Amino acid sequence: MRHRKPLARPAAAGLTAAALALAAACSSDGGSGDAETYTWWDPYPQHTDDSAWAERVDACGEEAGVTIDRTASDTTDLTNQALLAAQEGTSPDIILLDNPAVSTLADTGMLTTVDELGLDVTGVDENLLAAGVVDDAAYGIPVGANTLAIYYNAEILEAAGVDPASITDWDTLTAALAQVTGNGDKGMTFAAIGTEEGSFQFLPWFWGAGADLRDLDSPEAVAALELWTGWLESGYAPNSVITNSQNTTWEEFLTGEFGFALNGTWQVNSAAEADFATGVIQIPAREGGIAPAPTGGEFLIAPVQADAERYDITRQIVECMTTPEGFVETATTFAYYVPPTAEGQEALLEAEPELEPWVTAVREAKGRTSDNLGTDYPKISEALWTAVQHALSGSATPAEALQQAQADAEAALG
Amino acid sequence: MTTTSVDPAGRASDGGAAGPGPAAPARDGRRRRNPAGAARRWTAIGFAAPLLAYLAVFYAYPLWRNIELSLHDYTVRAFVQGDPAFAGFEKYAEVFTSNAFGPALVNTALFTLVSIAFQYAIGLALAVFFHANFRLSGVLRALFLVPWLLPLIVSSSTWAWMLNSDHGIINSVIEAFGGTQINWLTSPDTALTAVIIANIWLGVPFNLVILYAGLQQIPAEVYEAASIDGATAPQRFWRITFPLLRSVSAITLLLGFVYTLKVVDVIWIMTTGGPGDASLTLAVWSYREAFGTGQPDFSPAAAIGNLLILIALVFGFVHLRMQRTWERS
Repeated sequence: MRHRKPLARPAAAGLTAAALALAAACSSDGGSGDAETYTWWDPYPQHTDDSAWAERVDACGEEAGVTIDRTASDTTDLTNQALLAAQEGTSPDIILLDNPAVSTLADTGMLTTVDELGLDVTGVDENLLAAGVVDDAAYGIPVGANTLAIYYNAEILEAAGVDPASITDWDTLTAALAQVTGNGDKGMTFAAIGTEEGSFQFLPWFWGAGADLRDLDSPEAVAALELWTGWLESGYAPNSVITNSQNTTWEEFLTGEFGFALNGTWQVNSAAEADFATGVIQIPAREGGIAPAPTGGEFLIAPVQADAERYDITRQIVECMTTPEGFVETATTFAYYVPPTAEGQEALLEAEPELEPWVTAVREAKGRTSDNLGTDYPKISEALWTAVQHALSGSATPAEALQQAQADAEAALG
Repeated sequence: MTTTSVDPAGRASDGGAAGPGPAAPARDGRRRRNPAGAARRWTAIGFAAPLLAYLAVFYAYPLWRNIELSLHDYTVRAFVQGDPAFAGFEKYAEVFTSNAFGPALVNTALFTLVSIAFQYAIGLALAVFFHANFRLSGVLRALFLVPWLLPLIVSSSTWAWMLNSDHGIINSVIEAFGGTQINWLTSPDTALTAVIIANIWLGVPFNLVILYAGLQQIPAEVYEAASIDGATAPQRFWRITFPLLRSVSAITLLLGFVYTLKVVDVIWIMTTGGPGDASLTLAVWSYREAFGTGQPDFSPAAAIGNLLILIALVFGFVHLRMQRTWERS
């Protein structure tokens, strides 16, 4: 230790120099591209630069008379990148971002509202637009929406003598599960993992019981969680749902051993290619009818720029991506997107009538950050998925777990 | 953020070794104040500068930033706008009084200590076994390194798949022998055990390699002398191998401790710290706060990260202290 002391002074000098260099690096404003180049971020790294998707983005840039510099990274990464860029004043012109993150970014003041951008969003379905609305101002426009429904294995259901059309509420669904498992097959698989995906899959049941995210320990919420724990106890659903992600769930379903799987629009193609016949039914609400499922899908958002004159071109690019034809093209490119406007939905159904159940599901769907939950949603959601985990793993009863969740959510929201 | 925790401890010993070089001429120069001395001093600083710049950019700055994050209230909005309110130790208080703190601390202790105890014991046993240098021992030893070479996402996912409650291979074996299904990853009673088992498997190669290298350095004559004196195999192990491996063991355990303390990936992939908080360690908690939810909470995450750095640092000092005592004796 003793002989290291003389190092202290140069070390301090070096530290100061490095800190200065860093400070300089941070403050030097990279900004977005020049007047001819507009930057675009999206969460589709699987679509490389020569893909149809990238070409469409480029084409919209050309139409507006500029070139688009597109960067793709995965969803979680994209949110963090967006925050960092905003902090450094280097935000891109356009980001395509997962809808629950929109209100979080909007809250930081880094996004323009559609009014500031001069974008007309009147045609967009209100339930879909709601995910991006904070304090009555809309931030961004959905490029498409997806949601959850129940896939079934037609062969297993037939063998067990279950008519999918008979499933109209929770009781009939549970009865169908009993019939399927009674016949020697496995019942239903879903994802109850301790992340946002777990909440995403629980919400249709939560909302379908009539529960409200502001009131996690209501009797309705307890009923929804008891439905899930009941399925696990009766063996209608496997114990592994506690660690299942939606992808794992889908792989379980593809083994052909399960009667039902809760999954999303994005599996439509995969279901068609499965080794067995599949079908889709809507998630039933507790007393019948369709339960509102949470909406998934991305929003086109425009971060605030130092140079407000850029917004005009930005708007043109966004408009180009969101024409009815544009929506349908997006939908077919990704094979799992339902257009967010009535016009777009009709055009899609004309092209692909078999997507009808999904259009219905999306129309009934509900944004997770809607009801003006906004940035409160992520905290409530964390409490909710934790409660689901506790109840399913048996470390607490559904009522206890949800009581704790409500207390945690209240504490987190301050 | 938490990955820096390894470095202060690791660097502490490195810095000590690098110190004497540039330092000696500097002291010289100050005493004589002649031009040659000054030139030598500048040369010394010149040589040290890249290292110092590296340390400043990659160690000092992140560390400082982490402390700064933990002392302010960085909401997402404050993070972007750069105007966080100063919170003092409020975030630390929040962490300490949180419901998750107690379980996370106990889990961290169990996860770390049980993991390294088994990793060390198994690693040492294997090292001694391979030291016998029988035929194929080289090939076998290489095979034992596989867990180390696999990307963590692959090995963790494989473990998660093997430990799956309903169709995992481990439960199939247990059931084939008449046992009942164990919900490894999905029951609060076994989740921590399950991730510890996977982590032990991952850490054995590291222990094996270092301890095997340590064994090579023990002179063969000592063993010869012992066998002439009629020492049995257990005696040779406990009286020769084990004591002579002391300093290698100490550094293996210290590194193992620091590595295990900051493990996030294995646990995150297998259980995300769940079910509930059943397998939540401090490192996983920090990750969960910062990146695991839709809304990043950087300040508490940084506070937990700093806590981990402190723990690692304390054990680093204990190690230095122990080493000095041994050198003296």
